[in-house]
Amino acid sequence: MDTRQIDTVIEKYGANPSETIGILMDVQEKESYLPKEVLEHISNKLGVPVTHLYRIATFYEALSLKPTGRHQIHVCMGTACHVRGAQKILDKLERDLGIKAGETTPDLEIGLKTVNCVGACALGPLAVLDGEYHGSINTTKANKLLKKLGRKVEETEETETE
Amino acid sequence: MVTITIDGKQIKTEEGQNVLQVALDNGINIPHLCYHENLSFYGGCRLCLVEVTKANRTRLTASCTYPALEGITVETNTENVKKARRLVMEMILPMAPDSPKLQALASELGITEPRFHYEDPDGCINCGLCVRACEELVSANAITLANRGDTRSIEPPFQEEPLACIGCAACLYVCPTDCIKMEEKGNERRIVRWERKLEMKTCANCKRHFMPLAQIEFAMHKVREPLDAGWFDNCPDCR
Repeated sequence: MDTRQIDTVIEKYGANPSETIGILMDVQEKESYLPKEVLEHISNKLGVPVTHLYRIATFYEALSLKPTGRHQIHVCMGTACHVRGAQKILDKLERDLGIKAGETTPDLEIGLKTVNCVGACALGPLAVLDGEYHGSINTTKANKLLKKLGRKVEETEETETE
Repeated sequence: MVTITIDGKQIKTEEGQNVLQVALDNGINIPHLCYHENLSFYGGCRLCLVEVTKANRTRLTASCTYPALEGITVETNTENVKKARRLVMEMILPMAPDSPKLQALASELGITEPRFHYEDPDGCINCGLCVRACEELVSANAITLANRGDTRSIEPPFQEEPLACIGCAACLYVCPTDCIKMEEKGNERRIVRWERKLEMKTCANCKRHFMPLAQIEFAMHKVREPLDAGWFDNCPDCR
């Protein structure tokens, strides 16, 4: 990543160490994750030890030290979605993408994550693709999502869950 | 000056201290694991819980982070306190089941078999003393707390050998469970937990390996008055 881009972000925040979280989030937006070299560069610029940045970056869900993929699928595992079969959706996505929740496909295209409630319980079970909510999702709809992303899917018999 | 009452004993003390400090200074023992007199307060282990009564309201709180306010009454050994401490200890002990210090504290609290268990405990109870020592006393900033919740751990950044570590061993000195180990072989020192390898300086006189080179370099930068170039050629005994 271009260090000038990072410096622009840091200057926007006046190189203020108390704005660390904002700086990290803005920098991450450009690269989808925070590589080690970037954290070290920010550490030098802000005069904050890299241990502090590492602590923050590992604490917050919104920050990632690993590449997170171009597209993000979040499967809601909240109570309402859970009782309506969210686990089946997650299992299917994990199987088709060949990754576990919290991981990213090797080609860095799709990241899969679970969330514990997105506040749209009436639409459950629910998956969020790049910020777009897909309610009452079932394996057929999940297939459509994956096809839209250019993925091969394993067609399965749809069993209705009421 | 403020006056507080701890276990019925009236104590006059300076303002700005916390209850645990005042109690320890006055010979009242409150068990604690994450507090050290030379480090900042953390309130992490919750073992120093006491009952504080302020304006007729009593509550359980960690004495290491509670300020000694004028007129408060502190009870350090009520049934409530003991019950809460036992639960805390039952959760901490399985993280470091082999630590003699924890075993002694647990048996003092009457715990024989904790109800909780962890898989593969590594002896670290996440008290953060090593992190604070490294940060506040040494200011080497080699290790840090990472992650959150049940995956919380203490590790060097990126789980790699911490090149900022100067091998001073302050972390293993403050560790209450002795889970940080150090090995010395020839002129090499190894801080096992952080996987840090350091070359040691050899004393020009007695040939003892007495200090990591990284620590010498760090000390040269830290001191206000410049040291003689040859100051570290000899070990402290031969100087």
